[in-house]
Amino acid sequence: MIQVTLWAVLAPLIGAVIAGIGGRAIGRVGAHRVTIVLVAISTILSIIAWYRIVVAGHPPIDHTLYLWGVVGDLEIPIGFLIDELSVTMMVIVTSVSLMVHIYTIGYMKDDPGYQRFFSYISLFTFAMLTLVMSNNFIQLFFGWEAVGVVSYLLIGFWFDRESAIRANLKAFLVNRVGDFGFLLGIACLLAFTGSLRYDEVFAMAPALQGQTISLPLTGGAEWSVLTVACLCLFIGAMGKSAQFPLHVWLPDSMEGPTPISALIHAATMVTAGIFMVARMSPLFELSETALSTMLIIGAITALFMGLLGLVQHDIKRVVAYSTLSQLGYMTTGLGASAYAASIFHLGTHAFFKALLFLGAGSVIIAMHHEQDMRRMGGLKRYMPITWITALIGTLALIGTPGFAGFFSKESLIEAVHHSQLPGSTFAWVCILAGVFVTALYSFRMYFLVFHGKERMDEHTRSHLRESPAVVTIPLIFLAIASLLAGGLFAESILYGTFFGQSMMVMPEHDVLGEMAPAWGGAGAMMLHSFVTAPFWLAVLGVVVAWYLWLHRPDLPARIAARFSSLHNLLIHKYHFDDLYENILTALGRRIGSGLWRVGDMRLIDGLLVNGSAFSVGRLAKVIRKIQSGFLYHYAFAMIIGLVLLVSFFVIVRL
Amino acid sequence: MNAVHSLWLSSLPALAEFFLLAAGCTILVIDAFLDKGREAITCRLSQLALVVTLALVVALFPDARITAFDGSFVSDVMGGLLKIFILLIVIVGLFYLQAYLDERGQARGEYFVLVLFGSLGMLVMVSAGSFLTLYLGLELLSLSLYALVALNRESPLACEAAMKYFVLGALASGILLYGISMIYGSTGRIDFAGVSSAIGDASSLSLITLLGLVFVVVGIAFKFGAVPFHMWVPDVYEGAPAPITMLIATAPKIAAFGMLIRALGEGLEFLFIDWMQMLTFLAIASLAIGNVVAIAQTNMKRMLAYSAIAHVGFIFIGLLTGTPGGKAASMFYVISYALMALGAFGMVIWLGRKDGVGEADRIDDLKGIIERNPWFALMMLFLMLSMAGVPPFVGFWAKLAVLSEAVDVGMTWLAVTAVIFSVIGLFYYLRVVGLMFFHAPERSAPIVAPNTVRLVLSINALAIVAFGFYPDLLMDICVRAFPGLMAGQ
Repeated sequence: MIQVTLWAVLAPLIGAVIAGIGGRAIGRVGAHRVTIVLVAISTILSIIAWYRIVVAGHPPIDHTLYLWGVVGDLEIPIGFLIDELSVTMMVIVTSVSLMVHIYTIGYMKDDPGYQRFFSYISLFTFAMLTLVMSNNFIQLFFGWEAVGVVSYLLIGFWFDRESAIRANLKAFLVNRVGDFGFLLGIACLLAFTGSLRYDEVFAMAPALQGQTISLPLTGGAEWSVLTVACLCLFIGAMGKSAQFPLHVWLPDSMEGPTPISALIHAATMVTAGIFMVARMSPLFELSETALSTMLIIGAITALFMGLLGLVQHDIKRVVAYSTLSQLGYMTTGLGASAYAASIFHLGTHAFFKALLFLGAGSVIIAMHHEQDMRRMGGLKRYMPITWITALIGTLALIGTPGFAGFFSKESLIEAVHHSQLPGSTFAWVCILAGVFVTALYSFRMYFLVFHGKERMDEHTRSHLRESPAVVTIPLIFLAIASLLAGGLFAESILYGTFFGQSMMVMPEHDVLGEMAPAWGGAGAMMLHSFVTAPFWLAVLGVVVAWYLWLHRPDLPARIAARFSSLHNLLIHKYHFDDLYENILTALGRRIGSGLWRVGDMRLIDGLLVNGSAFSVGRLAKVIRKIQSGFLYHYAFAMIIGLVLLVSFFVIVRL
Repeated sequence: MNAVHSLWLSSLPALAEFFLLAAGCTILVIDAFLDKGREAITCRLSQLALVVTLALVVALFPDARITAFDGSFVSDVMGGLLKIFILLIVIVGLFYLQAYLDERGQARGEYFVLVLFGSLGMLVMVSAGSFLTLYLGLELLSLSLYALVALNRESPLACEAAMKYFVLGALASGILLYGISMIYGSTGRIDFAGVSSAIGDASSLSLITLLGLVFVVVGIAFKFGAVPFHMWVPDVYEGAPAPITMLIATAPKIAAFGMLIRALGEGLEFLFIDWMQMLTFLAIASLAIGNVVAIAQTNMKRMLAYSAIAHVGFIFIGLLTGTPGGKAASMFYVISYALMALGAFGMVIWLGRKDGVGEADRIDDLKGIIERNPWFALMMLFLMLSMAGVPPFVGFWAKLAVLSEAVDVGMTWLAVTAVIFSVIGLFYYLRVVGLMFFHAPERSAPIVAPNTVRLVLSINALAIVAFGFYPDLLMDICVRAFPGLMAGQ
């Protein structure tokens, strides 16, 4: 079993190395063949592992491969924790990755960086698998940073575009803020438990409950250790999973190629934060402060980021804001201790959001890399497969009964409703309103792209055709997953033994446990939905979208003009970018330039760098003089050294 | 009859050395009868001789310390382990040497035979039980190396390097010998055990002994190339043919480590406080000069020379803690350094051009290697990062082991100094990486190298990665060499 999982991780790494350095030896075809075969192997092995753990009921494995190093009393192990949670993540990551690998053949066909791209996405798969399969914090952190690096490389994949470079720098810097918190959280746990292994830390967590820590800058107030650690870890999750207010990097990350947006910035990497919190549930359960924080942050993200999707014209950006909003849902679910519901939503979202991104990519290919929805419309006629799969994805996203998103999202909303934690009512209202907003922006996009007037120019129209099979086949597979992944697993995931003991919930937080008696099967849930608020809110959203963008396309502009201040607020994304750029960054820059002028120019440059460059230069001159090449100089230096040693040690000693 | 028999038995621990001596002489004769152009046979025979020697070392591996020749020859776990690594490195080095000479049509049997005698010298050094044995081994090694550097008489650079090496080496030998004679004069003993007990028994320390210590330390520091006895290092590294530089830079460092442990750790252990201070001074000076001056180099071999000087600083830091753990950490460092240097010089050889005597030893020759051969660019990346001490490569664990030992004995300030200088040192390693990956190549011709070179180089670099992931494989071996450590734990 451990062999199975070990090769599941290593196969993509091998693929990445071969594709990365194979160069001309393997060629373009060789690069995609090698990586696809190896990722397929990884997918099959993940499914085998999943089958054994979840279906056949093998006990979870916590296996330390070996001890990488020992520093003082600290042991740094390398190992795997293979339980229900990690095998589920493995299946999601590898299967979406496989689809994206295949899709990339079509999308990146003419790109000069073809092999580099395949190498990166395989490397990403490896890093993501290390992250989810880790049994200790250091490996988790390695995976965490590794996916970050690959994400950075891929956002800036087209490194000759200035916007791409700006976007990847932004993603990198914002993630740095999160990672700093994450690292502090790990350090805090290490300081109080002395271990980096999950099992040891989790076992010691209850004992930490009473302990407090006094933080600087808070007036000597005592903080619960667990709350501090959990909040720090959550800051890490906020960075990676793009939660408000560290969300600003995700929309800009759309500068990367579309397959990347699907794989990294929708299905897998951005969900690493959600996964991490679920993995750390034995810690988060012990800190209600942290849970409440997640409820509120998640709810804000879910509603307000969804609203931004309404005013975007770039097709990929709409999907990006939708991703932000859905990540907000997952975070809210975590806050309500409905970990299973959050991971469920993570899984279904991975499929339908990858589908939507790849569908958008298919449209972009057909439109010759035009991404503005104002120049699309009526594409249904030209691209039937893309159309039908995108429709399935959209229906799944808004939570239409029967589709995957319905089961996960509905349960998540219900769970938040049951939560008794401070902030849960606010969160519930937010995510309920979010349902309407989701339906509104989703169908706005759907109508603008596939229906209505054909607004593209004549040249583009004449070239419109369905994308090749390597593009549509992944779409079809993902559409099937988006249809089935919900109803099939809803019962066992939410109320059954799907996740076994892999996530811990305190009895007083067990909202899913409270909901369990009302469960009457997937069919009953669908029937029941017709009398619930989320369903009618979604219907209302669709109808309003139809009215505004299909029936009366003149209206949106007039509404925008009428509520121009609100519209402006949305267009400017609540001024967060401005805030960061003009105030924080400017402040940083001012401090920086101040330091630069005084510290750098005078002290460092003047004294140290120029001074040291000067002195290094002088030193080098002196040394070059000594290192003259003349033998007698060398011999003389040796004698001087000898005399120095003799005089110092012998005379001092006497 | 009985006396002969017992002499034979008592010299059994040195069987490997005797075999190597006999093999060296035999191969010398065989080579004299070989036709020109068949030097490959000499090389393979030499490697065979080394492999058999290695097998003998392993077969006769001692469980505990045993001595031969009235204590002049010591065989113990540390000596055995160091010999194994020395022999392995020389065997690998011969692959490079033969490929290099073959390509340039400079192959001569003397090269390989001299390497054999040099190896014999190193084996004698790490097994030395008295100052005389130590000196014998050292001279055997040094004289072989002088000749190896000079063997290509056509090259003025090589001849100049050999001349400098020889004169300075002779000077250092003289200083060492002078120190030995002073210690002999004051203690009346020449074997390490005798010297040690004589110093331990003496009521007060005599000035002559102390002077002798300083001279011995200088002799050892010269062999290591520690500042200020490092002047020969850059010139010899640059002037010698690349595979000879490789042989000077790797295995003799391990032998010098053995020599230091024998002479200072076993012979002059009661003067620990004194030589510890000297090593501290030498370590800081080496770290500073090595790292700073390496930045200014444009020649790869010179850069590696200064980098070697800086690494010596680290090796000394582990030794000057005086604890068994510190010695084990130093041994870990010196072995992993030898591995890294082997790979780095291997890269220089691999890059070498066939045309004429030219070697690709300018740092600029590494520009854009990623485009010319991505695999070896990756290997060089591993080597450079490992030398700089970046995790997860073996160089990181080596630095960590040495520094944590220094911190454990309360020399945090020294550890901090070492870290500061290695951060400065990071620059010139990363510059190499930068040139390899982010600059356009000056030539676009694919690099042709014999398969043996490519294979050995890849294995070498991958070993750096493997030991980085499994540092304990190597560390456990080093810990075994110093029994005090296991008893202490």
